[in-house]
Amino acid sequence: MNPAQRLTLFLLMAPAILWLGLLIVLPHVEILVLSFSQRVAPRVYEFGLGNYLEFFTEPLYWRTFARTAIMSIMVTAITLVLAFPIAMYIARVAQGRLKAMLLLLCLLPFWVSELVRTLGWMMLLRETGIISYLLRLTGLASQPVELLYNDGAVILGLVYGGLLFMIVPLANALESLEPSVVEAGFDLGGSRFTVLRRIVIPHAMPGIVAGSIIVFMLTVGNFATPVLLGGKNGLWFTEQIYAQFITRFNWPQGAAFGILLLLLSSAIVAAGLRLTGQSLGTTLRQA
Amino acid sequence: MNRPSILWKLYIAAFYVFLFAPLLVVAIFAFNASPFPSPPWKGFTLEWFIGNGSVFGKPGVLMDPIWLTTIGNSFKIALPVALLAVIIGTVNAWVLERAEFRGKTLLAMMMLWPLVIPGVVLGISILAFFSRTANGLEDVLNTDIDSLRPGLPLVILGQLSFILTIATLIIAARLRKFDRSLEEAALDLGASRTRVLRTVTLPFLQPALIGAGLVALLMSFENFNTTLMLVGSDPPLPITMYGQMREGATPAINAVSLMLMLGVGGIASIFALTSKAQQ
Repeated sequence: MNPAQRLTLFLLMAPAILWLGLLIVLPHVEILVLSFSQRVAPRVYEFGLGNYLEFFTEPLYWRTFARTAIMSIMVTAITLVLAFPIAMYIARVAQGRLKAMLLLLCLLPFWVSELVRTLGWMMLLRETGIISYLLRLTGLASQPVELLYNDGAVILGLVYGGLLFMIVPLANALESLEPSVVEAGFDLGGSRFTVLRRIVIPHAMPGIVAGSIIVFMLTVGNFATPVLLGGKNGLWFTEQIYAQFITRFNWPQGAAFGILLLLLSSAIVAAGLRLTGQSLGTTLRQA
Repeated sequence: MNRPSILWKLYIAAFYVFLFAPLLVVAIFAFNASPFPSPPWKGFTLEWFIGNGSVFGKPGVLMDPIWLTTIGNSFKIALPVALLAVIIGTVNAWVLERAEFRGKTLLAMMMLWPLVIPGVVLGISILAFFSRTANGLEDVLNTDIDSLRPGLPLVILGQLSFILTIATLIIAARLRKFDRSLEEAALDLGASRTRVLRTVTLPFLQPALIGAGLVALLMSFENFNTTLMLVGSDPPLPITMYGQMREGATPAINAVSLMLMLGVGGIASIFALTSKAQQ
């Protein structure tokens, strides 16, 4: 490589290096460093594990963390179960224009802002909302019913937000399944359940893993849905990060929470890959 | 397996009702002649779009300075983000597809990284890093650099941090399909490198450039998590909507949402058309 080529290459790489360096790597180094600085006096900080100790000793923090993790796993599982029959129908039953239309109809709501979708759920579920109104109109309830501000509403909103990201990879994976293999399964005397368990699900595994990872990451990192649909009972970990950074102005504590959230999301993703024997490379390609 | 049972079909139908119910509700109640975005239906009105506040005490979206400013802010953020995403994304795609150097795989992996970082964490890390930089520069230069503090420039950078990945991927996918013998033919025929770029390569990339720009525009308009951490006193649309939704809003928020849905639908259909032209 002559010097002129070297210079050209360097100039072409400069934007990427500036982007990844200034907006990704250095900021993450910054919150990592920040998370290990604890306040010893007003405006005086020193190195220490104080922020992480605070996380483990204050029940509100670690309970919110555990709650976020457990509920995100639940949301991912529910999304998978709900999405599977849809993906199966789109990939294996629907043909031609119906298939294209079903897939397009799935995509449409997800082009719309998360805030708009959440607004829709709030209007449906709240005490003065549409479901409560219809229940009274039909005589099924005698007074307004509050369906908002509970865990069910939070899970509903998060599942709704994750569905598309599950359906698309699932449908892609199911698409490539040979019908003759399924038929062979039935011919050999397998019941519907056996064929599903021994043939269809193993074949769809890359799609299942890809969809689950995306849905889990989106759910864990979500902010608006749990806060708006859960209200005071939302208690999502991202809300704690926001509170430390913006409301309490305790940045080192918030930075430690940010690192913990990053660890949680990476750990669960790694565990999921391990458990199903998939690699990140094939999974990302699948998505 | 090819004869779907009636139960399965019912489930599919119910699923699509579930999918569209919240959006329909938002759209329909934008036209309800009531000061609250809730039933009962009190008749059709356009007051929440163009009303000046004489009927319900609160103005419609297009007459309300708060909403108009916030829509303006969204454009002030989304347009630079889309433009920068296309330009830098093209250069990145070039590096990924054309250049040969050690550590290219590592760079390609790093470029995917922003997609697996939660948006809130991206937001706080950029906030913390730029505040430290601003404080450092303030000590040295004795002036406060406003653009490193929360506000529009920081929101633009924060959104770029992950939108660049998407733009790069879209443009690189198109560049990969390019037949390089076309460029060589043009060079053999005596065209300069810049002319080849202008008349052969860029026209080939055009659908992907438009597509990447539109996706960047959409993602910027709708981003909430990262923006929330970096926003100053000029909130874009999702931030204002969030605030109003917490406090309890008038049906004006439904009107904004409907306009947003129509805008997004328009952009999405242009994108679908350009990506069809790409194939």
